Amino acid sequence: MIAKTLQDMFKRYRRPGDVVFAVLFMVFSVFLLSQLGEQTQVVKRTKWFAQPGLWPTVAVWCMVLFSFLHWLSSAISDRIDGRWSEVGFWVRSLEYVAYFLIYVLLVPKLGYLPSTMLFAVFLTMRSGFRGSGAIGIAALFGFVVTIVFRGFLQVKIPAGAVYEYLPDSVRAFALTYL
Amino acid sequence: METLLSGVSILLQWQVIVALLIGSIGGVIIGALPGVGAAVAIAILLPATFSFEPIVGLTLLLGIYGSSMYGGAIPAILINTPGTAVNALTTYDGYPMTKRGQGHRALSLAYSASFFGGVFAIICLMVLSPVLALIAPQFGSREIFLAALLGIILVVLAHRGQIFSAGMLAAFGVFLNTVGLEPVKYTRRFTFDQSWLASGIDLIVVVLGLFALSQAFLLLLEKNHAPQDTHVNGNIFAGLKELLGLKRVATVSSSIGVLMGMVPGTGEFTSQFLSYTYAQKTSKDPEKFGDGSPEGLVASEAANNAVPGAAMIPLLALGIPGEALTAMMLSVFYVHNVIPGPQLFEHQMDFVMALYMALIILNVIVLVFLLFSTNLLLKIIQIPTRFLGVMILILAFVGVYSLRNSITDCAIAAGFGVFGLILKRLDLPIVPIILGMVLGGIMETKLRSAMARVKTPLDFIDRPIAAILFCLIILILILHFRTLYFEFKNKLRPEPKVPAVDSDHPNQQG
Repeated sequence: MIAKTLQDMFKRYRRPGDVVFAVLFMVFSVFLLSQLGEQTQVVKRTKWFAQPGLWPTVAVWCMVLFSFLHWLSSAISDRIDGRWSEVGFWVRSLEYVAYFLIYVLLVPKLGYLPSTMLFAVFLTMRSGFRGSGAIGIAALFGFVVTIVFRGFLQVKIPAGAVYEYLPDSVRAFALTYL
Repeated sequence: METLLSGVSILLQWQVIVALLIGSIGGVIIGALPGVGAAVAIAILLPATFSFEPIVGLTLLLGIYGSSMYGGAIPAILINTPGTAVNALTTYDGYPMTKRGQGHRALSLAYSASFFGGVFAIICLMVLSPVLALIAPQFGSREIFLAALLGIILVVLAHRGQIFSAGMLAAFGVFLNTVGLEPVKYTRRFTFDQSWLASGIDLIVVVLGLFALSQAFLLLLEKNHAPQDTHVNGNIFAGLKELLGLKRVATVSSSIGVLMGMVPGTGEFTSQFLSYTYAQKTSKDPEKFGDGSPEGLVASEAANNAVPGAAMIPLLALGIPGEALTAMMLSVFYVHNVIPGPQLFEHQMDFVMALYMALIILNVIVLVFLLFSTNLLLKIIQIPTRFLGVMILILAFVGVYSLRNSITDCAIAAGFGVFGLILKRLDLPIVPIILGMVLGGIMETKLRSAMARVKTPLDFIDRPIAAILFCLIILILILHFRTLYFEFKNKLRPEPKVPAVDSDHPNQQG
């Protein structure tokens, strides 16, 4: 009867992998709670509303409470198939995180224009578009993005280290616009 | 009158006109592309706008915000795929009309209703401005604290069926805002002795990760698809005339859109469903709803387009964003040291007027653009989704890296990208995190300044607006728990034999 009442109270719409996320978030919240004393300070001669630890305390306690209820509602609901294949999908996203971070590291070295065009072409091929048309469009897209943002809008992106080795006639232009 | 003329002169700068054109037409295209949406575009463009004048940056972002829903109606009506999430309801009646060979009529009605809703909201704003200018100065620290608290509560409660997750994610947002060096006592909070955490976690990095990078990862990983080739024939202008026959539905839906737009945390979805329900209940042909009813289409489109204009009210008058897009715009104000709130209405009314007029002009530009270029847009939106993912990832880099040229920011954004991907896959809400970050910061600052003059707890609500806000918070909580109680009681009764209407979401509960 208690289980039935709890199920009626907390049953909710879920998707595969929900319980894994619920557990991970709850563990993270409890970890933050365990660090509250270490990671915030109590300042003397300061009232409660001005204490630096007030809002982290409120936030972390709410995280713990709500993540517990979220986990509870997941734990008492019927199991949905496909939990681990869903987790596998999340993990697969790390491949693109790695590509993105390599691109970030390449920009200050190779320069914004070459790295962006290379990255666009590589990702397009990785996504399954291997035709010359698709590759050409990807390279053109990389070129246009660079010209619009760095050349036209003058967005703050450092010039590539390799630009220093360019001939004098092009170097200043490349350092400013590419 | 002087304020109006001053507003016009601000608007006539060439940079503002260019921003208006790019924002409104770009917004339509972005809205029409299934899988992109205004949030992704605004997140990417946000850092680029910091180098512009505030009015130029805001016009560009407002253009995208206000026009994306127009564009979103095109694939919703013609190919049953909403361009933006808020166009989902448009598919109910728009697509059946297309199947009957009335695609041009449905599109024309959707454009006309969207235009009506958008302009109606701005006229309401303009009429309400003097009232807002009178009321806004009555908002001191404690009123703004209570309004922000009300905002957080509404954001959590608005996610029916996902309240626990909305609560934990809103709290996570508040927590994220506290990380780093605290600005008053200069103590470190949750930095774990890491220098990269000392400067805190930037809102824009989180926004770009949760909205743009997560969407890019999702599009790159999911199965590739592209909208099929479609063409629309017929008179697109006819809807303007047809809307006159549906002016009651359009006016009531727009009014609901304005009201819901003003309330933080509710927005387009609530206004659409309320308007749709109203239109169905008062219609002579309620059975046609969901099967190509022009009234249903008008109700849905007028309501969602009235929201962006109305959402500017709490943002401009109190500095409190009601949803993620206005939260992003708030950062444009802060970067330029223009603090939205009561002072803005007192000292920079011409700026506010210029924004209102920009909103009206953008609606006109979008309507004219759409009436002549729908078929062109239908060609553009055939970009394969994986290629869209490539484009978003490249553009997101500009957004994150141009902020501080920090590799750490890019890594944090990528982390939030994965987190956003998980939330999207699980259908858990992202908006509470952003609002938690923004409203959490406002609450912390305002509570500190408000409590300086408070001796007893009752002093906190001894001013009329503070008392009203406090009563509203209590009332909303009581009503919510009352609804929960009745729902719970009904659930304990024997289950009905008839299947649930919403069979896709059988476990929804408050």
